[in-house]
Amino acid sequence: MATIEVIMPQMGESIAEGTIVKWHKKVGDPVKKDETLLEISTDKVDSEIPSPSKGILKKILVNENETVEVHTVIAHIESEGDGEAVKEPEKDATAESAEPQPSEEKTEPAPVTEKSSPEQEKPKDRFFSPLVLNIARKESVSMGELENVPGTGAGGRVTKKDILKYIEDKKAGKTEEKPVEAFAAPHVEVSRGGVEVVQMDAMRKKIAEHMVQSVKTSPHVSSVTEADMSRIFTFREKHKNAFEKREGFKLTYTPFMVDAVVKALKKYPLMNASIDGDKILMKKFINIGVAVALENGLIVPVIKHADEKNLTGLARAVQDLAVRARNKKLVPDEVQGGTFTITNPGIFGNLWGTPIISQPQLAILGVGVIKKRPVVIDDMIAIKPMVYISMSYDHRLIDGALGGMFLQTVVRNLENFDDKQSI
Amino acid sequence: MPVQPYIEAISAALWEEMERDKEVFLLGEDIGVYGGAFKVTKGFLEKFGEERVIDTVLAEAAIIGAATGAAIVGMRPVAEMQFADFVTCGFNQLVNNTASIHYRWGLPVPMVVRLPSGGNIHGGPFHSRNPEAWFFHQPGLKLVAPSTPYDAKGLLKAAIRDPDPVLFFEYKYLYRRIKGEVPSEDYVVPIGKADVKRKGNDATIITYGPTVHVALDAAQDIAGSDEYDVEVLDLRSLMPFDKEAILQSVKRTNKVLILHEDTLTGGIGGEIAAFINENAFEYLDAPVRRLGACDTPVPYAPTLETEFLPGKDKVLKNLKELLEY
Repeated sequence: MATIEVIMPQMGESIAEGTIVKWHKKVGDPVKKDETLLEISTDKVDSEIPSPSKGILKKILVNENETVEVHTVIAHIESEGDGEAVKEPEKDATAESAEPQPSEEKTEPAPVTEKSSPEQEKPKDRFFSPLVLNIARKESVSMGELENVPGTGAGGRVTKKDILKYIEDKKAGKTEEKPVEAFAAPHVEVSRGGVEVVQMDAMRKKIAEHMVQSVKTSPHVSSVTEADMSRIFTFREKHKNAFEKREGFKLTYTPFMVDAVVKALKKYPLMNASIDGDKILMKKFINIGVAVALENGLIVPVIKHADEKNLTGLARAVQDLAVRARNKKLVPDEVQGGTFTITNPGIFGNLWGTPIISQPQLAILGVGVIKKRPVVIDDMIAIKPMVYISMSYDHRLIDGALGGMFLQTVVRNLENFDDKQSI
Repeated sequence: MPVQPYIEAISAALWEEMERDKEVFLLGEDIGVYGGAFKVTKGFLEKFGEERVIDTVLAEAAIIGAATGAAIVGMRPVAEMQFADFVTCGFNQLVNNTASIHYRWGLPVPMVVRLPSGGNIHGGPFHSRNPEAWFFHQPGLKLVAPSTPYDAKGLLKAAIRDPDPVLFFEYKYLYRRIKGEVPSEDYVVPIGKADVKRKGNDATIITYGPTVHVALDAAQDIAGSDEYDVEVLDLRSLMPFDKEAILQSVKRTNKVLILHEDTLTGGIGGEIAAFINENAFEYLDAPVRRLGACDTPVPYAPTLETEFLPGKDKVLKNLKELLEY
């Protein structure tokens, strides 16, 4: 018999902590190797964590809804054989290895450590002296703020003077206000009855934080246009059955949208950039985030190098990411690195929306419902499948002219879709 | 206030205490007729007579043993080691007997051992040691190490009046080089109290004995060239050391350099650093640094000795790294 420690896996380079969403096993339950043991949520994705070993779940050390640092021991499993656990190689779930991974199993088993194994190395964060941390705590400077305090010490370390200056500047209003806590909502009086207090789950908190931060970061401006989807509509009608038969899933409008956007981004690369202080980061790759609504929130998986895929490739990528997003099988890398996002307020029948930018991108494009409408063409009224396309963009960098031209390019790409192509 | 050299402040303390209290007497090698190797007791034999100024055999165990015996019967002996280095010959008496008597028998042992210490005088390995760390580790002994004439006189008086055995480390290098104001009226410097010799906000040098002056020099230099403001905390007493003063200073400046002339490894600096770590960790903005002499015997060659000692250049280098951390 050997006791195996189940540890909070590091689900991505930049991820320092994770929240236990749900334990699928109770103490005393037998578990099989690779059987789902628990569900965790990091600031990127929710993931199911398979058991690292066969055995009995002896002890749960971290309860549901608790957040702990990565590599923290979260449970003990008593294994029946005592050799297996030792042999189990430690894996980093998101090690940037070029090894191909079996496509059906994107989630690695939780890394295991024998009790006697040396402590794993913590991720290398910025170092803060005890004093600086102490001052930060007393002055309510959050870790997030601290990470951004300019340091003048050795190797850019934040010295006592640096943090004191930061606090002084903050008090004097010279520093950017600390990001509004997503939960600093007005206090709800619960004693009067009629109010049920529901704790936000980890994903909701993350979304709330991100939305508040995005609105604070980028001055959003929106433009709305419409496109005639006739060609794509006809094309899709013509090919959808064969496509579904061949591919095993339905052909949606999303890959067409992605395709039109990618082509427009190539024409206006500034739309694909991001801002770093007073610098503009021009990206040589186009990664399109596609918002996927989930039961309890939403997630934005990213089609990497969308500019290198044809329509079928895009359709497959959209389908794969959406399915895995709903099944919580995404790995953090798949929700990072987007350069432009497409969201779909039309999915619920709405005409258009004013979406919020997914930071640090510069724009997000919202696709409304595709609906047949009367339109005037050459002074005649025709019935066309029309769609409203809205876009919110960061006015720090994108002015109305560029935003408008970009949007019109997307419209042209949609309306002039090459319907002779094969899919 | 009259200005006196360090050595004269020591002589004055002895003189005044012998005048004040008949139980106070001196013993040591060549302290009577010859007036002491460094002339600390010149003229004492003539004034106080051979019963109170005793020339002894060349045997430190005998000197310390006799002093201990006299102390436990109520006298107040002040024993002189000609050089602090020679205290090793009386080591057993001091650590096994003298230091433990109060614990074993409940008796006071009001004696003082004077230890002319330190290098920088080209005395080589047998005449330059700083042996305080051995005794620092021995429960039952008090250790004082003054850096100025004022502190030397005040601490020696306090040591003589103290009911416990006190080792009084005095510095040959400071004897005639350091002069300072010394009150002619009676006063004591309490044992266990440190003294801020220079106020500062950017870092603290915690030190004692001759390196207090090195630290002050370096602090002065760095204030001129880099506009840093370095505090110099003179411990004055090594056992007990002034924990309160250390914490006060560390909590204000948040950066510490511990400096002593004794060799580094196993020196008192390690204990001070551990104390700070345990009690003021959250106030540290840099790792506590230590600087001492090289871990070798004291070299004879003057150039080597200069290299061996923690001189101003080394202090400045350490300070700079600490301040810029």
